[in-house]
Amino acid sequence: MAPASPASSSDAPDRAPVAGTRPRSREDEVLDYAGVGLIAGLEVHQQLLTERKLFCQCPAGRYTRTHDGTVLRHMRPTLSELGVYDGTALMEFKTRKHIVYLLNRENTCTYEMDDTPPFPVNQKAVDVAIEQCLMLGCDIVDEVHIARKQYLDGSIPTGFQRTAIVGVNGRLPFRGRTLTITQVSVEEDSCREVSDRGHLIVWRTDRLGMPLIETVTAPDLRTPDEVEEAILLVGRVCRSTGHVRVGLGASRQDVNVSVRGGRRVEIKGVPRAGWAPALVHGEGVRQTNLLRLRDELHRRGLTRPDAIGIETTDVTDLFASSRLEPLRRDAWERFVSSEGRRPEFELGEGAFRVLAVRLPGLGDTLSWPTQPGRTFAHELAGRVRVVSGLDQPPILFHSEDWPTAARDELDALRMAVQWGPDDGLVVVWGPEADTRTAAEEIRIRYADATEGVPHETRQPFPDGSTDFERILPGPDRMYPDTDSPPTRVTRERVERLRETLSERPWEREARYADAGVPTSTVHYLIRRGGAARVDQVVRDCGADLRFAAFFFGERLKGLRRSGVAVHEIPEERWCELFRAFLERPARHEAWAALVTRLADEPWETTAEALRALGLDGAPAGWRDRLTRWLDDAAAEVYDDDPGRLVRHATGRVMSELRGRVPARSVVEAVRTALEAGR
Amino acid sequence: MTDAEDPLKGYRGRARARLEGWGARVWGDIRATNDAGSTFEGVILPRSETLDDEHVVLKLKTGYNVGLHIDRIVSLEEVGYKEAIYKIPDKEFPLRPDLPKVTLLGTGGTIASRLDYRTGAVIPAFTPGELYGAVPELADIANLTTKKLFGVFSENMAKEQFVILAEAIGREIEAGVDGIVVGHGTDVMGHTAAILSFMVQDPPVPIVMVGSQRSSDRPSSDAARNLIDAVRAAGQGDVAEVVICMFGPTSDRYALLHRGTRCRKMHSSYRSTFRTIGDIPLAMVGERFRYLTPDYRRRDRSRKVRINTAYDDRTTILYYYPGMKPDVVDAMVEKGYRGIVVAGTGLGHVNKPLYPALKAAIAAGVHVVMTVQTLWGYAQMYVYDTGRDLLDIGVVALDNMLPETALMKLSWVLGQTDDHDEVLRMMRTPVNGEITGREPHNGYLILQGGLPETEAFISSHWK
Ligand SMILES: [Zn+2]
Repeated sequence: MAPASPASSSDAPDRAPVAGTRPRSREDEVLDYAGVGLIAGLEVHQQLLTERKLFCQCPAGRYTRTHDGTVLRHMRPTLSELGVYDGTALMEFKTRKHIVYLLNRENTCTYEMDDTPPFPVNQKAVDVAIEQCLMLGCDIVDEVHIARKQYLDGSIPTGFQRTAIVGVNGRLPFRGRTLTITQVSVEEDSCREVSDRGHLIVWRTDRLGMPLIETVTAPDLRTPDEVEEAILLVGRVCRSTGHVRVGLGASRQDVNVSVRGGRRVEIKGVPRAGWAPALVHGEGVRQTNLLRLRDELHRRGLTRPDAIGIETTDVTDLFASSRLEPLRRDAWERFVSSEGRRPEFELGEGAFRVLAVRLPGLGDTLSWPTQPGRTFAHELAGRVRVVSGLDQPPILFHSEDWPTAARDELDALRMAVQWGPDDGLVVVWGPEADTRTAAEEIRIRYADATEGVPHETRQPFPDGSTDFERILPGPDRMYPDTDSPPTRVTRERVERLRETLSERPWEREARYADAGVPTSTVHYLIRRGGAARVDQVVRDCGADLRFAAFFFGERLKGLRRSGVAVHEIPEERWCELFRAFLERPARHEAWAALVTRLADEPWETTAEALRALGLDGAPAGWRDRLTRWLDDAAAEVYDDDPGRLVRHATGRVMSELRGRVPARSVVEAVRTALEAGR
Repeated sequence: MTDAEDPLKGYRGRARARLEGWGARVWGDIRATNDAGSTFEGVILPRSETLDDEHVVLKLKTGYNVGLHIDRIVSLEEVGYKEAIYKIPDKEFPLRPDLPKVTLLGTGGTIASRLDYRTGAVIPAFTPGELYGAVPELADIANLTTKKLFGVFSENMAKEQFVILAEAIGREIEAGVDGIVVGHGTDVMGHTAAILSFMVQDPPVPIVMVGSQRSSDRPSSDAARNLIDAVRAAGQGDVAEVVICMFGPTSDRYALLHRGTRCRKMHSSYRSTFRTIGDIPLAMVGERFRYLTPDYRRRDRSRKVRINTAYDDRTTILYYYPGMKPDVVDAMVEKGYRGIVVAGTGLGHVNKPLYPALKAAIAAGVHVVMTVQTLWGYAQMYVYDTGRDLLDIGVVALDNMLPETALMKLSWVLGQTDDHDEVLRMMRTPVNGEITGREPHNGYLILQGGLPETEAFISSHWK
């Protein structure tokens, strides 16, 4: 059997429209955060800038879009201490996923394939992690112990992530109070998802094993805006060292949110701080609504999980010629073949079935509002999609939002399942075994609803909505890594790293502000790693702080936007450039031409570029040539306005002498010459 | 004081003294504060004795472990006690009259296990009930019985264990089982498979050896799949020989059945580590069986097994290298070794300075046989003069017998006779494929990575 190749070359999963959407209401927009007791905390993941991965010698940060080998694996849950399976583990086992890893020799070895035990932990990565901890004001642990954190979704081929606490008990100044850093751990990054269709999930292994740190804050945040600000703050602290990766995917955060009476829900992998406010707000609304639903279920006497019962009926024949296309076998077969779904991979077991799930006493709850623009049916669809692998949109149809064009079919369905007016009704379709799993999952989600908010990990979307990803695992999934010895961290090592530590961002902000640099420029410089460069040229090349900050924070940004490949310029050029400025301040005026030249010819030294642009000094005899230039200029001016003549003549001469002769001298010389000639 | 009673298991020296001072013990749920004012709440774990005596290991409430330096701890108090319970769920193994009877013999390798989440210690699952709890699929394949023979690490298998194992297999066959699975560590599984092939001849039912390359406490372990396939091969398969059943590719696709005398562990950690050398495997095992050759002994309940547990462990392998000194051979003779398997270079060669030593050894009654360290191919000593000289002094070529298999066989033969001619006759008469008359061209396939055709192959097949 040939290995699966992903249908799309995109590394981001598509998002399909699913059941349970509704127009946003006014109630969706307002939430009294203090009133509902909203609290939030962060887990910020930041990749470290190291040459190698954390537990093998593969290069870190070398991403590829192709592969030259594939491995097929499955995950089995391991028994926990009490002889039971962890809830998440069990759920993920129920999904019966086939897991495919795409391998590329350039960035993957047998360690990533889980065919070789780990090599000793990369001590450079541990150093960078310690440095990060010190920036975050943490206490460094004395002995670093590697633990295994189980993940059965396949994102890591071993089935667990190797992770270790490096620092604890950190503090950051935040809005006049303190943001507590509970712990910082160093860990290996996971695979990138390529596709997830039915029972087959495909992962790319290039990112796997790269070192990152996870910074966990206490649940100290109280509003959506605070969450955004805290993400940016932690990001600035991490980036201040210059030893972390920047760019897309180099930092990702999980946002933990709960309201009073709700439970911690983890919104996983928020790619940008700017997404956070809408996501946190949405989760606050969701939990508030789920608590109301719990109260409503209790009012109906459904007070415990085991009070929820369902009845299923095979209604395949009833929908044999339905106007709802997904419910017809012929349409299903077209869907399966168009997606290239294969029996032993993407497709579940059994023949095509349409299964009706009657929900006694649960009428009017499918359309219960949850997060903004969503109803409880969306919660069901999320569970069904993830757990049963039934992922054809809209995933389910239900009695409270039945397509009007097929109203008569709903009536027939109600007859067939002996529907009562207090009941809810859901229809799912697909391979028989999967429809049974789906029905059971619908029961479980309602059972959870009797207790309020389930512990979940949710996937975020740019519109501020979220969807079910998995049950949130507990501490039971953590266990010691018997393959790796602990690393002792001596106080000497900590002090050595502390000595070379960069400034904390708030200290730098204060210093830059004193020099007159605007806060927005400081934040930009820290975020993009330019602050270290500013400090270097100030320290080593006699540059003025305000000028250097403006140069790296604003001028280069502008040049980059106009298409100059500023990132191509080798690091050592900047110091050469600022020394050249110091040597002849006139060169400042030709900065744009000079930087463009350095970007275009990255192998040229600054001295060579200066020579090529004729910026190595004032041209001999320029004052003698001045008269001729001025005559030309006078000939071009169409009237006798003396002001216009001065401006035009100066511009003309400057174009010849910019960067070679200080502008002040040029203006002075032009004025003198014109006055003399008059 | 025994280990189990020691309340500070693994702690010694300074750390032990400090812990005693605080009245702390392993499994104590404690709260500690250090000189930076950080507070740690968690359970004290036992410490590995190989680590230093300056740290206390704590499992925090989050599940992470950290080591605290004793000089930095300013206070430590016990607030509770949580001893780990080493127990595996034991569900009754459901029996079905329509399924074959399979006995699993345990030798110490862990096939299924549960992990102790605090220490990382692996607790083996072994009784049918425990195995059923961990690998419920087994109940649909066979009615399983388990017998634990001994608990040793794979590398500690030796004469005593080989004999116990062969006799136990004989008893199970006598009792009428439909197949036998031997759980075994992978490191010397090839050696055990070879010796069992000689000690247990003409078995009427399959004898299937199985283990795992990734321990069963990991979600990605190959253990469950290997065990399922081994029980299938034992209960339902048709190969009534001593075989090894382990992953074919490293992907979760199928297992391979390898003849016990021709199989070798070829990678220290890969799942697909076992390979048949100089021939092809007998079958692929998955949901269905696919026999790759008609050349195997069929299941036949009427066949009478012959158990012969003779074994003399005064045997060794001499792995030849350029410049080897003759005194190595002299030392073996002096120490009373009775048989030497030479793993020679090329077609079965050693250098000339060794000849007198080998000649003297043979004269002293030591039996010297020749295999090749290339693993593939035949010892063909008549081809070159050097080989012919060796033949002249009485070194016997074992054709394409694997060095480890030759060692096992020589030990078995020397347990029965000391007569040189008889030793040679027995060594050169194959019992079960340890020498084959011909080598098929697909018996030697080590695909060389990097070649365009190899890359085309591996990028279109599961690894
Ligand atoms: Zn690697």
